[in-house]
Amino acid sequence: MLNFTIRRLFLSIPTLLFISLVIFLLLQLAPGDPMAQVPLTVPPEVKQKMREALGLGAPIHIQYIKWLHQFFVIEPAVFIDWLTAHSFLFGWLPDTQLSLVLDEATGEMVQRQRVISWQTRSPVMDIVIQRMPQTLWVVALSYVVGILIAIPIGIYSAYRHYSLFDQAGTFITMIGFSIPPFFTGPLLIVIFSVSLGWLPSIYDTTLVVNDWATFKTQFLQMIMPVMVLALQTTAQISRYMRSAMLDNLNQDYVRTARAKGLSESVVVMVHVLRNSMIPVVTIIALGMPAIFGGAIITENVFKVNGIGQLLLTALFANDLPMVMTLTFIFAILIVLFNLIADILYGVLDPRIRYD
Amino acid sequence: MTLKSTLLGAVAMTALAPMVMADGHTGERGRDGQLNIIYWQAISIMNPFLSGGTKDLEAASLVIEPLGRYDENGALVPYLAAEIPTIENGGVSEDLKSITWKLKEGLLWSDGTPVTSADVKFSAEYCMHPEGGCAQVSKFNGVENVEAIDDLTIKVTFDDPQPNPYGPFMGAQSPIIQAAQFADCLGAKAPECTEANFSPIGTGPFTVADFRPNDVIQLEANPNFRDPNKPAFAEITLKGGGDASAAGRAVMETGEFDYAWNMQLAPDVLAKMAEGGYGKAVSAFGTLVERLEMNLTNPSADLPAETRSTVAEPHPILSDFKVRKALSMAIDRELLVEVGYGQAGRPTCNLVPAPALYASENTECFAQDIDGAKALLDEAGWTDSDGDGIRDKDGEKLSILFQSSTNAVRQDFQALIKDWWNQIGIETELRNVDASVFFGGDPGSPDTFQKFYADVEMYANNFDGTDPQAYLSQYRCGNEPKPSSQWQGENINRFCNEEYDALLDDLAETGELEKRGAIAKKLNEIITKDTMTIVPLVDRGRVSVASNTLGGVVLNVWDSELWNVADWYRIKE
Amino acid sequence: MTEQPIPASPVEADIEVFGALVDKEPQKPPRSQWRDVWDQFRKHKGAVFGGSFLIFITLAVIFGPYLWDLAPTKLDIRNKNWRPVYTLLWDSDVKAGWAHPFGTDQLGRDIMAQMIYGGRVSMSVGWTAMVLALLIGTAIGVLSGYFKKLDFVLMRLTDLALALPILPLVLLAVTLFRQPLTSFFGSPESGMFVLIVSVIGLTSWMQTARIVRGDILALKEREFILAARSIGSTPSKIILRHLLPNVVSPIMVSATLGLATAIITESALSFLGVGFPSDFPTWGKLLADAVARMQEYPERVLLPGILISVTVLSVNYLGDGLRDALDPRIRGR
Repeated sequence: MLNFTIRRLFLSIPTLLFISLVIFLLLQLAPGDPMAQVPLTVPPEVKQKMREALGLGAPIHIQYIKWLHQFFVIEPAVFIDWLTAHSFLFGWLPDTQLSLVLDEATGEMVQRQRVISWQTRSPVMDIVIQRMPQTLWVVALSYVVGILIAIPIGIYSAYRHYSLFDQAGTFITMIGFSIPPFFTGPLLIVIFSVSLGWLPSIYDTTLVVNDWATFKTQFLQMIMPVMVLALQTTAQISRYMRSAMLDNLNQDYVRTARAKGLSESVVVMVHVLRNSMIPVVTIIALGMPAIFGGAIITENVFKVNGIGQLLLTALFANDLPMVMTLTFIFAILIVLFNLIADILYGVLDPRIRYD
Repeated sequence: MTLKSTLLGAVAMTALAPMVMADGHTGERGRDGQLNIIYWQAISIMNPFLSGGTKDLEAASLVIEPLGRYDENGALVPYLAAEIPTIENGGVSEDLKSITWKLKEGLLWSDGTPVTSADVKFSAEYCMHPEGGCAQVSKFNGVENVEAIDDLTIKVTFDDPQPNPYGPFMGAQSPIIQAAQFADCLGAKAPECTEANFSPIGTGPFTVADFRPNDVIQLEANPNFRDPNKPAFAEITLKGGGDASAAGRAVMETGEFDYAWNMQLAPDVLAKMAEGGYGKAVSAFGTLVERLEMNLTNPSADLPAETRSTVAEPHPILSDFKVRKALSMAIDRELLVEVGYGQAGRPTCNLVPAPALYASENTECFAQDIDGAKALLDEAGWTDSDGDGIRDKDGEKLSILFQSSTNAVRQDFQALIKDWWNQIGIETELRNVDASVFFGGDPGSPDTFQKFYADVEMYANNFDGTDPQAYLSQYRCGNEPKPSSQWQGENINRFCNEEYDALLDDLAETGELEKRGAIAKKLNEIITKDTMTIVPLVDRGRVSVASNTLGGVVLNVWDSELWNVADWYRIKE
Repeated sequence: MTEQPIPASPVEADIEVFGALVDKEPQKPPRSQWRDVWDQFRKHKGAVFGGSFLIFITLAVIFGPYLWDLAPTKLDIRNKNWRPVYTLLWDSDVKAGWAHPFGTDQLGRDIMAQMIYGGRVSMSVGWTAMVLALLIGTAIGVLSGYFKKLDFVLMRLTDLALALPILPLVLLAVTLFRQPLTSFFGSPESGMFVLIVSVIGLTSWMQTARIVRGDILALKEREFILAARSIGSTPSKIILRHLLPNVVSPIMVSATLGLATAIITESALSFLGVGFPSDFPTWGKLLADAVARMQEYPERVLLPGILISVTVLSVNYLGDGLRDALDPRIRGR
């Protein structure tokens, strides 16, 4: 298994490079213009100047190599500099200056050019880091909540197949899945913010939780987005959990286990559950990168302004460096979590061998 | 314009000052605490020179200011300048080739250092730098030289006489930035100055405390603002994101926010929200006109890419004035306004709907005339010879492809217009294109409004400031988008008219206001009612919503909406 | 009646003794497998309901326009904002009537007609995209789970597909293929239909592929596959006869979720302006357009919302029923 993991990690590098090339070409070929949001009162020749200032005139392969260099060399260098200079963990190490370069004209050390967003003219990674807390608070929490609700529902629905609980569970989860968040979001706002006035309709990203009162505010503003997102997760995972459990409950080994006199809870929760986890693990692992990708529609409805909203505004503004970087980080996570899923398969079912 | 608007501006200033006093809302700075503003398009950057986006310009106007602004009537009001230079007060030279501005005395930046003419000169250098890609460089068109005569005096010299010398340093597009802060950010280095671009040091009523790009900005009252009693608010939170209806809801239905910008919502939706009781809509009219543009060239996909939609191939149907006229006559503009804009729109037949000096009186298009349109089409030889309800001529059907950008109101308009055109026997195919593609200038995309691979298209446009000369010059012969110009160009209709071009030349040489007005009106009529090249539909106002407890809001379409934020205050119960 | 009955014959008594071993009556002719499947399917009430509803809704959207012949794009601005006819029950002043049983929208278009036409598009987009995604997903999942040599390449392809952002992809596809498809199919609507269906199908097979592969990886190590291989079954036989029937349930779940996802993705695309032309109703778009007027006219969001949900529920129940009916271990219990 260790061999397999190392080999796969090694092979991820060419895979990721290839993915980055495909994404880059896709973004280059897709129509769209970073100047589209500039008002029509700005004359076309000025817009052309602005495009040139963004580096749009350069040939595609130069742009691609420039991005690769910035993403794989300069950004890590900036990160290491930050670690040795300011972080709690490595701050005691001597400060490094990997990301600085000597400017021949002035003789000063200046920062090398990082991946710069076209909309904000600032380093993309700084904004991504700034957005992480909101996204993790809301999206990751809703994912955890969703999984915690979904797995018991799935297990019990399958165990009591066609009971009232199973029917109700099926009904609610399927409705939850088939109603899009651009409807449930405003609906919740109308009910809980406008009519009842209990919850805020706009998420305050500047809130710092440092005492009981701010914690309460944070809790209140998270309820609605987390509910909307958890509904989708719960619906999906509980369906897969239920169907996998159903498949296994009728297997011969279950009868054997019962015949041995094992208690029902051991049979269901140990034997059946473990064997039913493969599709569920796949779905959970596939969903993990999506957490970091944020939730585009829900973030927008509640103004959570995490990574999802960042990606959407960048897409609309044709901010290619931003879209490219976000999509690529997303790709790294996909490759990573699919590897984790593959390793988990082997843990759950020792018969699965990759070597 | 110079004389009249300056007078107007002086009148407006004297009228405004006692009004604020009379309300009794004076007191110490920061007395009203927190102000919450929501812009549903989030702010990306606080430097208007690097972003042409309206949202960014307006947010920046809280912090950095120009020498003068336009007020709600389009008149010029001095901000950092002691007064607006005119020919009468000697600020503008007789030959219209230079303008001399004088700064107010004792102005300080928010960091406490004095504002000098060097900062003004630097602002011009910053924007005019050839590698900077400044979005507002057209404000500096024709500027030959900017010189600082003394600490408070700046002289701008132009290459040619400028009938309207108020391009540089006037309005939200051309603010003054601090030379010390931006000294290392000239040209290609502009994007490297993240700190300066996010938190510019300014002279405005507020300063940036925390800037989160595309999310939220927190601002504090500027301790060095020139009026010790302003602003009334100590802090502003400027939140971004979401959509117009959510922003409207947060002001009018839940009261979480005090002011929301640019409510592009259907009138019934807005009216329903107002029942929430926390806020009200405010609107004002500028020069924004929603119009149909007729393609005078053939967009047929059968033509080779070199001549498709270019002057080489005249349009087989729309080249006929009578057809264009019939298309316009079939439209009921009052109904369009009622469905799409409510109090934020009014029917118009003009490309230049304001200011009054330049706006033609033409209203003949207001009445819908289906029968008249049918008669015109019959006259033009388009008849329904095969009885299928669609007119035809020489075996060709009268069929039109009508495109627009994606936007709920535009799609309602498209459906209504298609219905009217069907009534007069014209088959219409609708297409809507994502706005980022439609308004993007990507020469590789077939769907941009410049390429115009359709017969008719609908969008809105306006002009900066109050002078329409540059706007009307867009329709000069030769300025059309074409393959040789990478499809850049503003003469979207591929309009070409010698009389029009000659009048444009006259306009450029005329300084006298009355005459300019007359020429502009004539130009406007040539391109609208005389040739029906552009079919104006709705004069669109700006609608924003303000909380009932927010006082001092004066909606201004000629400058930033937040132009007078220093005068805003909380209405006490 | 207290006496024990005397057996009529010793033979009968013997039979009684060995009753457990001998069939009492002559055997029925052997039942076909599909008959069993049908009988089991019929017992599942949800499945019968789901199946009937799907048949009903399919017939309704196909033949509806012949019964209700108002055009969905017909504007009648004087009769705008009618309420559905049932609002007359509690409020007799409201604008409503049998001329427009579900009311009209803000431009006076009949909502009933829009629902019928919208259903045509949504159902066909949903089904086609789902089937496309299932076929691709299952094929890739099975191949990469079973053949170790293909696994790496196919799974990296899946990673790539997962990483591609859908919005630029659609924009690119529209730019490249709209013109050729429109001229090939003769009308912009059918051109866009093919385009949207393929884009949705081609971007939603990855989950199915990963799940099927995971299950196949586990299944192929089981004894019955070893047995099948040892008697010389070819890989294609093993996949079709032994592996596929055992991954039917996750495929069914994917199918149900896939249908809902396809209908909603289509609405999101139309909403963003890269989908069908604006005067071309679909359920998802009706729902999206009505959200702004949710408080005043709740029926405009509820009607399409209910239709989408009930359709998805029906597919789900149908899937449950089919799975039970096809599984010999459950069948006959």
